[in-house]
Amino acid sequence: MTDTEVDTEAAVVLTGITKRFPGVVANSDVHLTVRTGEVHALCGENGAGKSTLMKILYGMQSPDEGDIEVNGERVSFRSPSDAIKAGIGMVHQHFMLADNLTVLENVVLGAEGLHGIGKKARNRIRGLTGSVGLDLDPDTLVERLGVADRQRVEILKVLYRGAKIIILDEPTAVLVPQEVDELFNTLRTMRADGYTFLFISHKLDEVRAIADSITVIRRGTTVGTVDPRTVTTRQLAEMMVGSELPSPETRESTVTDKVVLQVEGLVLETPDGRRLLDALDLTVHSGEVLGIAGVEGNGQTELVETIMGIRRAAAGKVTLDGQNLTRAGTLARREAGIGYIPEDRTRHGLLLTEPLWANRILGYQTRRPTARGAFIDIAGARRDTQRIVEQFDVRTPGIEVAAASLSGGNQQKLVIGRELSGEPKLLIASHPTRGVDVGAQAAIWDHIRAARHNGLAVLLVSADLDELIGLSDSIKVMLRGKFVADADPATVTPEDLGSAMTGAAQVDESGLLVTGGEQ
Amino acid sequence: MTSRLRSSLLAPVLAVVFAAVLCAIVLILSGANPGEALGAMIGQVGEGQIAVDIVNSTAIYMLAALAAAIGFHMNLLNIGIEGQYRVGALVAAIVGGALVLPPVLHWLVILLVAAAAGAAWATLPAILKVTRGVHEVLSTIMMNAIAFGLAAFLIRRDQFGILVGNNVTTKPIPSSGQVPGIDLGDRGTVFGLVFLSVVAAAVYGVVLNRTRFGFELKASGLSPTAAAAGGVNAKKMIVVSLLVSGAVAGLVGMPEILGRDHAYTLNFASGYGFAGIGIALLGRNHPVGIAFGSLLWAFLEKSKGALDNVGVPKEIATIMQGAIVLSVVVAYEIVKRMELAAEQRRVGQATGTAVEPEAAK
Repeated sequence: MTDTEVDTEAAVVLTGITKRFPGVVANSDVHLTVRTGEVHALCGENGAGKSTLMKILYGMQSPDEGDIEVNGERVSFRSPSDAIKAGIGMVHQHFMLADNLTVLENVVLGAEGLHGIGKKARNRIRGLTGSVGLDLDPDTLVERLGVADRQRVEILKVLYRGAKIIILDEPTAVLVPQEVDELFNTLRTMRADGYTFLFISHKLDEVRAIADSITVIRRGTTVGTVDPRTVTTRQLAEMMVGSELPSPETRESTVTDKVVLQVEGLVLETPDGRRLLDALDLTVHSGEVLGIAGVEGNGQTELVETIMGIRRAAAGKVTLDGQNLTRAGTLARREAGIGYIPEDRTRHGLLLTEPLWANRILGYQTRRPTARGAFIDIAGARRDTQRIVEQFDVRTPGIEVAAASLSGGNQQKLVIGRELSGEPKLLIASHPTRGVDVGAQAAIWDHIRAARHNGLAVLLVSADLDELIGLSDSIKVMLRGKFVADADPATVTPEDLGSAMTGAAQVDESGLLVTGGEQ
Repeated sequence: MTSRLRSSLLAPVLAVVFAAVLCAIVLILSGANPGEALGAMIGQVGEGQIAVDIVNSTAIYMLAALAAAIGFHMNLLNIGIEGQYRVGALVAAIVGGALVLPPVLHWLVILLVAAAAGAAWATLPAILKVTRGVHEVLSTIMMNAIAFGLAAFLIRRDQFGILVGNNVTTKPIPSSGQVPGIDLGDRGTVFGLVFLSVVAAAVYGVVLNRTRFGFELKASGLSPTAAAAGGVNAKKMIVVSLLVSGAVAGLVGMPEILGRDHAYTLNFASGYGFAGIGIALLGRNHPVGIAFGSLLWAFLEKSKGALDNVGVPKEIATIMQGAIVLSVVVAYEIVKRMELAAEQRRVGQATGTAVEPEAAK
């Protein structure tokens, strides 16, 4: 590495990349130049074409038009192994690690040809662990590692394969703010060692904190490259969206003292008796949004599914508007007035290959307007789907198309429209704006706010702390199946919440989070 | 709508062409002229009672295929139709021979008994599946083996069997319990229960597409997770669909027993259950598709005798059946993927969320 040339030499140059694809945003005429030894951020809303572009650069897909140059040489990748040979590595958003193998085994897996699987490999890994900030024995089982360490193992994997240019696909999505800072420190050190990073994200504050230059992509094409020192977050966001920005703030309080959902002593156990939910109590009032914060995997999913009756509680009581639902099944709970926006709409919310109107029936197969007695009412379902499409601005040419052909945001609007039908008393919303574009996000927030204004009680689970703080009337922090703190969204910051989510924060005697008191 | 029609025709046409090519290759390899072989088979339909045999077999295959299709909608592979229809037929024949009832009511009761016995034979696999997670393929295959053993035992002469000529049968069902057919003289007799198959297919179509049960069945098969979130009780659906599948399977032997044999005999036909699985695949679980699939299957089965006349082993027909099922499965899968991609493209163009670049700045 010649340090003097670092500033000028281009590691990756993409010219005129075009990729055509059915149904999703592909790339058209993308230009991107990444200099050696920089952290180059690629920003854009969900579905803007970031992932496609990175898949092209990583050899998972080949472009229809355009050139790729790596370190000054024209390349054409037929598979990721070609990209790896050219020194490009990718850390996927969803980790690809085998839990029951050790760090060493995971790193070596598939790259046995490089340094074998024995002492040489171990020495090589020892030499690299320092640079990725991984301070542990390579013989540790991956299942013992936390999310942040797993991510570092993923980075270690690509370094081991000789990558000098590393693509990070939304690396901060799974981390709490403190872990994000640590990751950034590692990236800065590695950058000084001559590594080049392509950092994909839509979290603009983070991008501005770490990137040396930022390229914005919108609707499949690059809008421009800017210097993070001279651009504001707002300007960046407007480049991404191309319009005015929404914000999740809830204006005035509509909380009433009418209890809608009352959960007492809820316990959920694994078959071997471990407690996934440990004696949880919560109350949601009419017109209130109760937010649940927590690092994913601390019981939020289980809480939601237990309240929905999809999982069977070992103990505890669930009451909706005075009606005891403790023993009721999912359908009975829905009929009692619970709307449910699941965290993964494609797996839990929709029948992807069915037309939109058939999806309207799902969860409502016993009620008007989609059913009459033992029969389903197809005409009624069609009519009501048309209403949802219009009222919730679902962008579709018609209600006969399969749900799979809609974009993520439009699928989610359909789900939300459905779950707000039939006058629910309670809406359980799990990550309601995950994977949807900014425009749809604003619309979804508006719908939740409007429903809350009309007296709906909302239980909101979200990993987006801004969304949680902006929409909620009160927040509970969840850690290892317990509520560890309450927070007031009017005063709490994402950093405070982040500390509480890792168990590092202080709570006062009433359980309220002590703000501003983190390490 | 026209694209929908086009796609629903494209797949079968593609499948037929592909299957025809495959069959032709098989015939050429075995040294025959494909055109001549086909001609012989079609010519056979006009001979003797073949045409009526084809109609009767179609009705039987339809019942077996409907039984399989009910399970397929839930991604349940009821391999046990074979055993279920055997038990259904045997129990119904024994009960039918013992009962004294007025006409019509008598055979209606026999049909109910057959369905109940078929469902009962599917009960154990259903319970094992929802309580212990035992895969239905394993349990139903084992139930088939038990059914064969049980049938062989019950028809012994020290149990329910009696000697008629040199055949062992159950006690004959009196005429009040027999279902009259349509007598076409030299051409044979069309079973009265052919209409049972038509009714069963119609009921199946309505239940599947118009009722809550049908919706929950399809939803559970398409996405068990989405169905669960939508309030469908997965365990209940498994039990109910396996029992209904078993009940329909129980009826498979009825056209022959109530229309021709009037007893369960040692010569009771086997293999309808396995044919039903192939036909359900062939008919894409659709009632009309199943009807055509059954007809095709019956045609190949009944006219294959003619192949011997043109010097082709008649077992080639079995290869043809396999080739056709394979072609259909492959063709539908290809067309389904093409369709989805085309629809996504169409939606993308209509809503501006896709490919077309906005005027690049």
